[in-house]
Amino acid sequence: MLDMILTSIIYLLLAIGVFFNLLAGIGLLRFPDVYTRLHAGTKCTTFGSIFIIGSVILIGLKTWYLGDVNGSVLTIHSAVALIAILLTNPTGAHAIARAAHRSGVMPENAVIDELQIKGKKQKKTEKKETEDHT
Amino acid sequence: MISFIITTIICFITYLLLTTGSGSFLGLWSIEEILIGLILSLITGFITHGLFVKNNMRMANPMRWIYFIGYLIGPFFVSLAKANIDVAYRVITGKIKPGIVKIKPDLKTDLGITMLANSITLTPGTLSVDIDETTNELYIHWINVDEDALKKKPVDCKYICGNFPKWIRRIAE
Repeated sequence: MLDMILTSIIYLLLAIGVFFNLLAGIGLLRFPDVYTRLHAGTKCTTFGSIFIIGSVILIGLKTWYLGDVNGSVLTIHSAVALIAILLTNPTGAHAIARAAHRSGVMPENAVIDELQIKGKKQKKTEKKETEDHT
Repeated sequence: MISFIITTIICFITYLLLTTGSGSFLGLWSIEEILIGLILSLITGFITHGLFVKNNMRMANPMRWIYFIGYLIGPFFVSLAKANIDVAYRVITGKIKPGIVKIKPDLKTDLGITMLANSITLTPGTLSVDIDETTNELYIHWINVDEDALKKKPVDCKYICGNFPKWIRRIAE
């Protein structure tokens, strides 16, 4: 009985995780430009991975509890993977967004773009400086 | 010296966590793994102690770590869940009104700014794009710009990230 409840919890967590990762995929196809696609690509994959890794951790704890030491390997390694995903996923998204904006990809139908305004100001001051030098 | 000890201990604990199930010492480790782990973490601690601990013991206070775990489980996880429902709604309906705005969170340390930028990326409708390193201002891509928020510049933090700066000030500053 207890085993059945645990198994169904594991399947439920897997289903939630797969659903959110699927949503990230659909978002990548539907959104218009790189920034909005990053929104789908970071939030949904992180949230989905939390649930998938949660189910793996539960399987690991179950094997560990039943007396197999290899369950501890499964549990701890997937927990470390979760921490790595939480740290690197937003950082990578930030790097891609920054690189995109620097190479001139502007957000589509943007209401406001303060970074572009700042970039123009910087270019003006740089031009003035070079003119002063010459 | 103290930075060397802290780095070595953290390296050793990480090594032990990654090598469970290798033998019978305490039911989890073999003697060989423990010896090799000790030697390797001493070498690593000797080489990298200057990078890992930077001359101040701010993060050695256990209260900060308790706050950090509370922050991860409480406000952070709730807004991560909200963010996903929000993105799901936008994926299905396709209603977006994007824009890039500037906020001034008043955090001073590198660790605090990094944590805030990562939190902003994972919370509803926002993605950190760039940072002004001299003034610590963040540029945020906002998927559904609120017209009320644009009246005041730089945009008020409460529209973008709620009370995250308060929590992060407690954790990292």
